[in-house]
Amino acid sequence: MPKHLISIHDFSCDDILKTLEMARGFENNPYQPFLKGKIVASIFFEPSTRTRLSFETAANRLGARIIGFSDVDSTSITKGESLKDTIKMVSNYSDLIIMRHPLEGSARYASEISSVPVINAGDGANQHPTQTLLDLYSILKTQGKLDGLRINLVGDLKYGRTVHSLMQAMSFFNPSFVFTSPEELKMPQEYKDYLIAKGIPYTETKNLNEGLNDADIIYMTRVQKERFTDPIEYERVKNIYSLNLSMISNCKPNMKILHPLPRVNEISLDVDNSSHAYYFEQAENGVYTRMAIISKLLEIDNLTK
Amino acid sequence: MEKQLKVSAIKDGTVLDHIPSDQLFKVIDILGLQKSSNQITFGFNLDSKLLGKKAIIKIADTYFEADDINRIALIAPQTKINIIHDFEVVEKRVISVPSTIKGIVKCMNPMCITNHQAVETLFATILDSPDIKLHCHYCEKITDRDNLKIISNS
Repeated sequence: MPKHLISIHDFSCDDILKTLEMARGFENNPYQPFLKGKIVASIFFEPSTRTRLSFETAANRLGARIIGFSDVDSTSITKGESLKDTIKMVSNYSDLIIMRHPLEGSARYASEISSVPVINAGDGANQHPTQTLLDLYSILKTQGKLDGLRINLVGDLKYGRTVHSLMQAMSFFNPSFVFTSPEELKMPQEYKDYLIAKGIPYTETKNLNEGLNDADIIYMTRVQKERFTDPIEYERVKNIYSLNLSMISNCKPNMKILHPLPRVNEISLDVDNSSHAYYFEQAENGVYTRMAIISKLLEIDNLTK
Repeated sequence: MEKQLKVSAIKDGTVLDHIPSDQLFKVIDILGLQKSSNQITFGFNLDSKLLGKKAIIKIADTYFEADDINRIALIAPQTKINIIHDFEVVEKRVISVPSTIKGIVKCMNPMCITNHQAVETLFATILDSPDIKLHCHYCEKITDRDNLKIISNS
């Protein structure tokens, strides 16, 4: 088990499976205050609601006390304090650090300075490994397995860090992929090369209707306006990549729709009540997964299952 | 045909030959030669069958550690190193690409932490293509040869 969780590449297949198993234990019994007397620092250098609340809920459920900030305006960073100094100080106060920062690589750097474990809660457009683990937990929970699934990744496949990390983590489990995206937001070649090297099949399409009926998981992502140079093109794409109830009428019964949230109009509201919608439960799974990650990094293993 | 040395021989030291001309000053910078107090001569835009135009550097009474000299692999991998003792070439070395590069190069990702705070860059070299690519240890982005910027040593 690595000391920190900075990038999904830090976890081996075995680390991933053990973490997911532990998450299941926490879901069955969420009140296990193993961290009583411990202090968890939650330092958010840029705004976040879901991720921060999910982490803080996880730490609270484990019985830890939380220190930190969610806004740099009220900290010494406005006085020009370096990240190094902030981390040095916080690691002297706490037993574990949860950090989000807008600069890419900041979490890796923090882990090299900190004397306590660091969890990356998002470093710019780079990595967000706990999102990937909660996605995996959601897939495992809904499908009963991770092996041999057909996964359709939809939307912004070029810049979306969640789809890249998920794709790489799923590569341990013999998946097949469909990549559904507009031309401007296609999966970058380096990731396709990665799949080719691992012998994992994938197809690419621009048509959202194509990859729905045989998919086990449809993973939707937000197509962001700022990614487009042409606003007219954005308007066109935005309406095409919107999933509605009639489109999924012939899909597999076990198919689940995931979305890292926040959703804008990628999934129409009429899908929310369908048995295929899973994005809200997915967010809830984040708490159990993060409880497992925190416990793992603090080397707590004797939990009730 | 008349054959004579464009850059005069040295008695003892190191000769770096077959440096691409346009990389000469970067090589000088990476090796920190501007800080050397030894005698250094160099030729620039010399004719070369191999490179068209080449440069050569002769550094008297100086020998480099492999780790130091290999740092120029990024910009001048075809450079040949000759170790000179008493006007004779006693050893020829080729540059080998180090597996990691610490410092020297700037990460091309403007959002990388190394471009904002006092963090020394660190890269793993990727050799699956003819050109060297660098994988940033921090932001995990690739810096390719076309975007390689050397952090000045001066």
